[in-house]
Amino acid sequence: MTTVAATRRRQALSRFWADFRTHRAGVAGMVVLVAAVVLALIAPLFIDESVTSVVDTTGDDFDAPSLAFPFGTDESGRSILLMVWWGSRTSLLIGFLAALLSIVIGMVVGIAAGHFRGWLGAVLMRVTDWFLVLPSLVTALVLAAILGGSTFTIIMAIGITTWPSTARLIRAQTLAVESRPYIERSKALGAGHWHITTRHVLPNVAPLLLASTTLEVASAIVTESTLAFLGASANKTSWGTMLRGSYDFGAANEGAWWYILIPGLAILAVVMAFTLVGRALEAVLNPRLRRGA
Amino acid sequence: MTAPLEAAEPAAAQAAGPGDERSTRRGTVRYALSKAGGALFSIAMVIVGTFFLFRMLPGDPVRSLAQGRNMTPAQLDLERSRLGLDKPLIEQFFQFVGDTLRLDLGMSYEYKRPVLDLIGERLGPTLLLAGTGLVIAVSLGIWQGTRAGWRSGSTFDRFSTGTSLLLWSVPTFWLGLLLMMVFGVGIGPIPGIFPFRGIESVDAPDGFAYVLDVASHMVLPCLTLVAVVYAQYLLVMRSSLLEEVSQDYVTVARAKGLRDDDVRRRHAVPNALLPTVTLVFMRVGFVVGGAVTVETIYTWPGLGQLFYEAISVPDFTLMQGTFLLITVAVIVMNTLADVVYHMLDPRVRSA
Repeated sequence: MTTVAATRRRQALSRFWADFRTHRAGVAGMVVLVAAVVLALIAPLFIDESVTSVVDTTGDDFDAPSLAFPFGTDESGRSILLMVWWGSRTSLLIGFLAALLSIVIGMVVGIAAGHFRGWLGAVLMRVTDWFLVLPSLVTALVLAAILGGSTFTIIMAIGITTWPSTARLIRAQTLAVESRPYIERSKALGAGHWHITTRHVLPNVAPLLLASTTLEVASAIVTESTLAFLGASANKTSWGTMLRGSYDFGAANEGAWWYILIPGLAILAVVMAFTLVGRALEAVLNPRLRRGA
Repeated sequence: MTAPLEAAEPAAAQAAGPGDERSTRRGTVRYALSKAGGALFSIAMVIVGTFFLFRMLPGDPVRSLAQGRNMTPAQLDLERSRLGLDKPLIEQFFQFVGDTLRLDLGMSYEYKRPVLDLIGERLGPTLLLAGTGLVIAVSLGIWQGTRAGWRSGSTFDRFSTGTSLLLWSVPTFWLGLLLMMVFGVGIGPIPGIFPFRGIESVDAPDGFAYVLDVASHMVLPCLTLVAVVYAQYLLVMRSSLLEEVSQDYVTVARAKGLRDDDVRRRHAVPNALLPTVTLVFMRVGFVVGGAVTVETIYTWPGLGQLFYEAISVPDFTLMQGTFLLITVAVIVMNTLADVVYHMLDPRVRSA
């Protein structure tokens, strides 16, 4: 790696950070996000799977918040606080992996559809449009029901139903990049499809990908919890399955507001954080939204 | 797709006078036909996709179809031949396509009745709920979006954008649970105000009182649905109005000395409405997803709940039928939106 390129990259990165810092909401979202991820990662140091076990619980059923149980207990006397903490691992993991899958499919299809103009591009766009009109939640539910509930199938179901919007975005950006003269120069020098797409197109769409990944994680977390609530879950404690439990065991009738409120607030906080960061990233990275540049 | 064909028309049409009306109409018809062709192709793909998807069921399909029921091997064989599963795949495929085209969606295992009958029963409540919800969400979104966009940067604008972002992040089902807890069951000393189960009371009265009964049952599901979908209408209306405000014709209207309200109502809003109204139909799949969740929470006897029941049993014939119907309906709505937008907006037509 030559030092010129390295310096330029470092400069670009510090400029990006300086830009991002001006978006206060984005920075706040980033703080919440980092906190949530760190908490999920260090959870095994303090607690383990047993907090979700119904056998040896210490609290009473539907105990109101107290010193011992800051967020109360559920229908079997498990601590809501510890379950939310442990459940964050499943929720965040599925959110991240599903978003990653969706983004990777969207990126490959989008770049291919933008790069190969002929029939291949047309067919890819046709397929993308077809997936785009399918009602995504309904399709994901059917997929999860058919493939059976496991972490892997839930990730597949979310990833397969959410990639088309990314593909469209990336295709548009690819078309814009490929119309620039330096691509022509590159072609004249004998560059092949692989070289052009990976060395020229990909670095140019990467910033947009970053922003849309962030937004995608937010919606994947919501989708995961909705799927879990509607019964298509990975059989592990997540925020969605907790809310399902609160519905099944009539927490509303028992007046156990904490059982409904806390897992939902956890979802809301994380999703808001991802959305704020994503919007800030978009504002910083998307040249069309950037003012005065 | 048809853009190159039509690109030549407006120039010729503008000069032609009376003839241009006819030629643009012909362009629209051609556009509509090509869109309809695309939609038919999509629907065909959905039917083919559904066939293979539901043949991907792990293990023996008859066993999964008859899950939880005691059956002797002889009964299983009988069932297999009744469903045509002993035939070659290609023959099954044509059988399925033929049946689907004749609207024969098979029998539900759970209800022991034709899937189509079940769907027919549940269609009404869904249309009532989703229709009412959509009308309220669209009018509220457009009204608030207009006010927010016209005075962008005002307190009202910041408040609107803030709440929309919040509502956008809230999972539908959680909002439903909260509303059910607060207004349905009631918290502590405060009693619940609205019923939250089903579409009517057990001892539902007749006549006008029945209408009131259903309406009171509809309050909470409707509120949940509206809260979730209206945010996007607001945001789109706001941003498309912002785009119009900077246009020359708005400046001209102001320069003519029109009152601010008139500029907004007569000039800016009609133009800004188009993208919003299109969005209503384009995102109908999103509303369907919301309806499934809302109907499940409030046990509203609609299509969404039927679909949910099919998923949780699981009753694969019923799931397949409802999935097909919902998907086809969404594709048709999308195509209609495309064509109507094309007819209404001359800018798209000549582009």
